[in-house]
Amino acid sequence: MRSPVLKRIRVVISTLVFICFFLLFVDIRSILPANYSDIVLFLQFVPSLLRFHDLGTLAAAGFLIVLLITLFTGRTYCSFFCPLGIGQDLFSRIGGRIRRKFRRYGYKKPFTIIRYSILAITLIFTMIWGIFMLTLLDPYSIFGRFMTYFAKPAVLVLNNFAAGILGKFDVYTLSNIPVKGYPLISYSIPAFFFILVGILSLTKGRLYCNMICPVGTLLGLLSKVSLFRLKFDKKACTRCGRCALGCKSSCIDFLKHDIDVSRCVDCFNCINICNEKAISYGLVNLKKRNHETDESKRKFVAGSIMLMLGLPHISYGQEKKAPKPKKESTVREEKSCPVCPPGGGGIEDFSKDCTACSLCISACPNGVLQPALTQYGLAGMMQPVMDYHKGFCAYNCTVCIDVCPTNALRPMVLEAKKLTQIGKAIFIKDNCIVKTEKTACGACSESCPTKAVHMIPYEGNLVIPEVTDNICIGCGHCENSCPTVPYKAIFVNGNPVHLAARKPENVESEIKTPVDFPF
Amino acid sequence: MKRRDFFKKSVGAGLATGAALSMGGYDKLWASSPLVSAARYDMVAVMGGNPDAMFDLGIQELGGISTFVKKGQKVLIKPNIGWDVIPEMAANTNPFLVKRIIEHCFKAGAKEVYVFDHTLDNWVNSYKNSGIERAAKSAGAKVVPANSESYYHQIEIPGGVKLQSAKVHQLLLETDVFINVPVLKNHESTKMTCCLKNTMGIVWDRKYWHSNNLNQCIADYALFEKKPALNVIDCYNVMVKHGPQGVSKEDVVQMKSQILTTDWVAGDAAAAKMLGLPVEKVEYISIAHKMGLGNINLDSMNIKRIKM
Repeated sequence: MRSPVLKRIRVVISTLVFICFFLLFVDIRSILPANYSDIVLFLQFVPSLLRFHDLGTLAAAGFLIVLLITLFTGRTYCSFFCPLGIGQDLFSRIGGRIRRKFRRYGYKKPFTIIRYSILAITLIFTMIWGIFMLTLLDPYSIFGRFMTYFAKPAVLVLNNFAAGILGKFDVYTLSNIPVKGYPLISYSIPAFFFILVGILSLTKGRLYCNMICPVGTLLGLLSKVSLFRLKFDKKACTRCGRCALGCKSSCIDFLKHDIDVSRCVDCFNCINICNEKAISYGLVNLKKRNHETDESKRKFVAGSIMLMLGLPHISYGQEKKAPKPKKESTVREEKSCPVCPPGGGGIEDFSKDCTACSLCISACPNGVLQPALTQYGLAGMMQPVMDYHKGFCAYNCTVCIDVCPTNALRPMVLEAKKLTQIGKAIFIKDNCIVKTEKTACGACSESCPTKAVHMIPYEGNLVIPEVTDNICIGCGHCENSCPTVPYKAIFVNGNPVHLAARKPENVESEIKTPVDFPF
Repeated sequence: MKRRDFFKKSVGAGLATGAALSMGGYDKLWASSPLVSAARYDMVAVMGGNPDAMFDLGIQELGGISTFVKKGQKVLIKPNIGWDVIPEMAANTNPFLVKRIIEHCFKAGAKEVYVFDHTLDNWVNSYKNSGIERAAKSAGAKVVPANSESYYHQIEIPGGVKLQSAKVHQLLLETDVFINVPVLKNHESTKMTCCLKNTMGIVWDRKYWHSNNLNQCIADYALFEKKPALNVIDCYNVMVKHGPQGVSKEDVVQMKSQILTTDWVAGDAAAAKMLGLPVEKVEYISIAHKMGLGNINLDSMNIKRIKM
């Protein structure tokens, strides 16, 4: 096939995919249906792989489809379905507009050692120490962090500006949504990658995908045995070199009539660029291909896939650095254990599966999920942690669980979530307004959805909080609403392993339906 | 003009317009003063009907809603929408009641009716699951967000003991008539929440109230000059324990009642009796009475009691 339609199809599909991902992360008014994220995220390679390992169902087998697609068509995934890849194409276009030079790529030698080393290190690191390298390098998670830390706040600012103007005209269809920032240091990783990926894609096309991205490298290996590829018609070619100049992957050596399939992302630009129609996309000559294959490379590809599949199993046996509860203190709210989101099962369980794509942080309607700094240990940096100073976990909400693509937060129905104890409230009497000021407060008990925090008689007419911790679910509404500063009088200490809370018991009231006015 | 320049200029112009708009003053808003009631009774209490039917009857006894709402006026209806729970839990004002009041307002010629609450749970879900958003919109009211500090304006409360200033929702200042529509509930700390405590959903910084003598702050706020023209207390389903949020339906008792009054302190005093509470047990009511903000001596008042 040498039709210009191929490129057009690529542009249309990738644009749609990009818009879908953009909407997924900046859904500021929570209007997307609950299964939207499942559909959009189905084909994402790393999340799907992790999810498949956890669930083992075909519903989570998107990565297998990606592997199949790659075996048939080469790295089409990188051009059609990877949001980070599509975003880079967008940047490359912008780069070309800024300076024409940026869009004249030309053939370059591959960074063989660098890219295979990164792939190998990622695999080995993930097997031995846990998920941190994947967290850093999974392209979907990188994209997710760009959206969460840069795109969504920008959309919020625009929204608030528009809402402000509409409000002046008495129209409230848009509402002001406060932009809550994250700890400054948590921007460092996304910012670093944004600069790296941004500069590379502005000036060098898909160099990031072909030098650093481990998913790109892995699929590149696999596409060396793919059935469909781009190929030269040597008779028609005039060796003008326009294809090589226009190749984002810098993988066309037009003098030798060679296209490096391990780097080609099937963008099909070359087909359209070639005036002589000398480049086409089609079934590879099988005889010739057998000639070119290298047994050792095949073994490596097969080995890599086996390793990827087996890796989470191997990592089970490893010692984790999840924090263990220390001795509890009284006056200062000192958490001995962070609180990880419901569905995580426990800190260790959760942090080994989460690649910090930050979708849950973006999607949380109450802003309680914040990127962890060192709460889960350094390897758990950027993974979501409950911050009850910023928000609380809404009793009727399972949004984070619903959107999690890697199954780090496992599916859980609302009724089960309402009985999952992710932490326990601890009351510090010496900080409490009722004791220090001798005035009424009760903000904590007011907010408690299970009445685990309730008021008991204190001095005179006053009442003071008390916690029944077996019905507390650790939602943190009490901590969030406690007005004392700088230390709260009530806070939630995380459960290292989530427990089951008891259902709050309730009895009929003694007050009955009145038959007459009591006044 | 180059395309790039055009974009630069249009963005600049847009920003300037926005900035100019946001600097508009609120001086003109003080044109109307609080209403002096011309109602026939100080209080009307109705029992035995549905929330909307009880309101129809009660407001008729007070001379119709036109006693309070004049043609062309903007009305603020402030229900309790604090919690993300279904109407049967009675943590929020009954949506049928809210809807009926809005309909009466428009019938009397109101130009616009607004509804908001500064919720404790997520505001989008609270507005939705309380049933109030849909009910209010179906009656033609504007349901307005109150989730961001940008909607609030600083006001002074001269004479406040603990609360001398607060940030209140701009629509309280922009509207001509304020109708307070609380739901009566038990409250574990202040014993009861009703008319006066419903104002905590008008202000931005509730934590200040909680940490500076909550009961005094509740009473202090009632000094603010923009007072409700009418209070409609929803006692249809009443949360008698585990308030103000409730745990399950066992906390709710059906009382099928409603209290309409122009005196919100009196309204709270009557409501306390519905809960079986001695009025002096609810500290902020006694404080408000002593500050001269209303009357707790129900015996001295002209009360109309109706059973349907």
